[in-house]
Amino acid sequence: MKAFTFERAKTASAAAAAAVRTPGAKFIAGGTNLLDLMKLQIETPQHLIDVNGLDLDTIAPTSDGGLRIGALVRNTDLAADARVRKDYGVLSRALVSGASGQLRNKATTAGNLLQRTRCPYFYDTTKPCNKRQPGSGCAAIGGFNRNLAVMGTSDACIATHPSDMAVAMRVLDATVETVNSAGQTRAIPIADFHRLPGTTPHIETALAPGELITAVTLPKPIGGTHIYQKVRDRASYAFALVSVAAVVQPDGRGRLAFGGLAHKPWRVEAAEAQLPKGAKATAAAVLAGARTTSQNAFKLPLIERTIHAVLEEAKA
Amino acid sequence: MKFDTPATTNPIDRMKVVGQPVDRIDGKRKTTGTARYAYERNDAAPSAVYGYIVGAAIAKGRIERIDFAEAKAAPGVLAVVTHENAGTVAKAQAHTARMLAGPDVQHFDQAVAIVVASTFEQARAAAKLVRVTYARSAGKFDLAAERSAAVKPKDGKPDTAIGDFAGAFAKAPVKLDQTYTTPDQSHAMMEPHATTAAWTGSKLTLWTSNQMLNWAVRDMSKTLGIPKEDIHVLSPFVGGGFGSKLWIRSDAVMAALASRAIGGKPVKVALTRPQIMNNTTHRPATIQRLRIGARKDGTITAIAHESWSGDLPGGGPETAPNVTRLLYAGANRMTATRLATLDLPEGNAMRAPGEAVGLLALEAAMDELAETLKMDPVQLRIVNDTQVDPESPKRAFSHRDLVGCLRTGAERFGWNKRNPVPGQVREGRWLIGMGMASAFRDNVTMKSGARVGIDKKGVVTVATDMTDIGTGSYTIIGQTAAEMMGVPLDKVIVLLGDSSFPVSSGSGGQWGGNSSTAGVYAACSALRDSVARKLGFDPTDIVFEDGKVKSGNRSVSLAEAAGDAGLSAEDSIEFGDLTKTYAQSTFGAHFVEVAVDSATGEVRVRRMSGAFAAGRILNPKSARSQVIGAMTMGVGAALMEDAVVDKRFGYFVNHDMAEYHVPVHADVPYQDVFFMDETDAKSSPMKAKGVGELGICGVGAAVANAVYNACGVRIREYPLTLDKVIKGMPPVA
Repeated sequence: MKAFTFERAKTASAAAAAAVRTPGAKFIAGGTNLLDLMKLQIETPQHLIDVNGLDLDTIAPTSDGGLRIGALVRNTDLAADARVRKDYGVLSRALVSGASGQLRNKATTAGNLLQRTRCPYFYDTTKPCNKRQPGSGCAAIGGFNRNLAVMGTSDACIATHPSDMAVAMRVLDATVETVNSAGQTRAIPIADFHRLPGTTPHIETALAPGELITAVTLPKPIGGTHIYQKVRDRASYAFALVSVAAVVQPDGRGRLAFGGLAHKPWRVEAAEAQLPKGAKATAAAVLAGARTTSQNAFKLPLIERTIHAVLEEAKA
Repeated sequence: MKFDTPATTNPIDRMKVVGQPVDRIDGKRKTTGTARYAYERNDAAPSAVYGYIVGAAIAKGRIERIDFAEAKAAPGVLAVVTHENAGTVAKAQAHTARMLAGPDVQHFDQAVAIVVASTFEQARAAAKLVRVTYARSAGKFDLAAERSAAVKPKDGKPDTAIGDFAGAFAKAPVKLDQTYTTPDQSHAMMEPHATTAAWTGSKLTLWTSNQMLNWAVRDMSKTLGIPKEDIHVLSPFVGGGFGSKLWIRSDAVMAALASRAIGGKPVKVALTRPQIMNNTTHRPATIQRLRIGARKDGTITAIAHESWSGDLPGGGPETAPNVTRLLYAGANRMTATRLATLDLPEGNAMRAPGEAVGLLALEAAMDELAETLKMDPVQLRIVNDTQVDPESPKRAFSHRDLVGCLRTGAERFGWNKRNPVPGQVREGRWLIGMGMASAFRDNVTMKSGARVGIDKKGVVTVATDMTDIGTGSYTIIGQTAAEMMGVPLDKVIVLLGDSSFPVSSGSGGQWGGNSSTAGVYAACSALRDSVARKLGFDPTDIVFEDGKVKSGNRSVSLAEAAGDAGLSAEDSIEFGDLTKTYAQSTFGAHFVEVAVDSATGEVRVRRMSGAFAAGRILNPKSARSQVIGAMTMGVGAALMEDAVVDKRFGYFVNHDMAEYHVPVHADVPYQDVFFMDETDAKSSPMKAKGVGELGICGVGAAVANAVYNACGVRIREYPLTLDKVIKGMPPVA
């Protein structure tokens, strides 16, 4: 960890202004990912802006019947919220499938969206990684990539996004609200929030420098059966090999989003039309254009099998 | 005391304290945070500064240049030590690779430098400023590719052959010939390797986390070229070792060098998780071929076990085939152990070296053979039991109740409810299966000494350099002394983990419990004799009980006998030829029920049951804890543990606890442990045997066999991750 300066922000726009003003600044909230990365000098901020004091920790109804989740709402609180459990069960289930109780007590809604990849080469500063050090190359391609991406990859990066929560947000068509240093707000659809790696895998989101997430809003409830199926190498405390967030309606139509497949929560809206035809047709449409390695090719049949399990569970 | 004839009746047989499931006497200190571990010795070594090790960024090659000017100038930095300014840093015989690289680099993350600073954060930050220029050379990192170049290791018994294996195997009506692989594994103990080191003049003190203090003194003496007498090692509490702390590692050596570089002031060094995986030792990967020939009634007529593993030049093999030399009968048999050169970090002992991985292969092969024979797997093992060493039938087992374990375990588990046809039992999406395996681990004994004293209050104090690595040594040593001296356990003080105390067996190879208590038995026997002499009692007619010494109609309190000056005696137990004249081993049987998700291939263990025969159980509570811990570790070996080698760079990639998976609580179901009621008088005066490693032996194969029974997918490459499971499953739609 490199030495850094520290300040506590008073308002969201002041935090954004401080981030623009100070070179090498980063926001810190729960710190469950950032501090680990700083200890390994994967992240080396010169200045930290603590946003924990901002008034962004409530969950409130929106005027159109949805829910507005403050950026600082902790994962534990979000998962336990009665409205979330009743109307957005997939989100609650995704949250409790992630990390551990202790981490969920600290981790925030915005911070969860901004988690960095768990690619082992990103974590190892003796190895090339275009995400950590642009232009240095990708050690994961041709290396240990069993749990890396099969969709939307590039020659520069095959990392995955590790969040479970974001996958549920994606299936729910959430919107990310932000503020910038000038106090201007904007709303970014979750589909556009995370980016594919392309040639710039170090740029992971649509956020502009200094832009601060203030909330995530969920549209009004869509009903249906909510399922979050996370497939992993042990029963708890492991990142998803694949995960499926599903909202299935009684008529068999529904929505699916996937974790463990790509650099962002993966969703192919067009593939959802295949749902009534079953898992095979749906998986084929979701996985069109997949690029696999010998180690992660199993994710393709695994997705089909997991979609099948989810559809069976929805019927039951 | 020489132990060369079987034990007869002795005070331990009273079992008033020994054999009772008492709580561990160090438990309160551990649960209240007052048991101080190596990195927490602010009491003994105040104002320590911090060392942070810089590891090699290449797997093989040479250091061309180390530039630490910037690191040295960084805030708080007191010293930087490298091979260029460290002085003598020799390789101890016990080490395969040197503890400090330079100019050659032997493996990835081998220590290249240590940065010493006033705070941990300063040392860690400055460590990133040490710039090392390497000349990288090509290395060998792929065991499968090096298999054909593997050679006979120079130590041990790489080849064994009895009868005519090839002929008998060719003629056998039922045959099995399969190859199994096991991956590299990391010990992943809770407490990292950690040391606080300080010098006073030429005298070095190490507060370190170590299993074998006598070896630590020996190896540090050799490494630094200083007399053993100048080295004092303290390791009273160890947060797990599993073999990775049998020898001093770079934390101890680099801490000693760092402290010397700053004039002897205490320096603390703890390895990081990534360093534990690539800087220290690991259990080496194996490729194992099993061939078994049997008659139709299941009688094994031919059995062969061959194994290939790799290590750095000068290292040793994983002795996986050893277990096959003793577990089952069979007139025609052979084993072969081969060693390839690999430039990975040093391979070495991890909990039940040899047996743990040997049984992953052998007991899976036995399951396959049972299926081919259409025979119950328990029955196949019973049919092939042997009461003598199969290689040398004149050598009987000291005591062997494998069959009792198999029968008892099967009954407790409900084995008769198993459907032998795979894939038949379903609960919703889950396929349910049962599997079993034999457990076997050799019983090793080691010379062990202790000093025991009584003070004027009748309090008994035991001192020995034995370690308690979470196993319960404190408690069973206390129980032994209490039983021998006839006092309650709360009148015994146990002092461990100090190299100035009499040399013990140390902790390793499941020899510590039996050997160290036998050493305490010897010292207590000597003390009883001196009490008898002092009181003028007949030593053949003397009873120590209720805090009193009784002979005939005389009775004197122990406190009175000790007097103001107290009494003390020191002795050690030395084991004679009983391990040669008898085969001494420990036995068990594992039974496991798993559920396999028919869609995702995820495996969850639902139930585990084991019966174990390991001589007298000195403390059923701490022994059970040892066994359930080992069973859990075996679940890890079966289902998830895999230190993945990047064969381009030559290192273990998944080098932290997020990516190197060991079981979490949710992976571990109810575990039933049963100990056979037995004693083994040929093992020691305690009539006990090792139990700390027995529990891991075979359990992984039982899991694999249960997975097969559940879903019909036979996986011979451990661990059984879901990608391998779904490959063999029918399509879902």
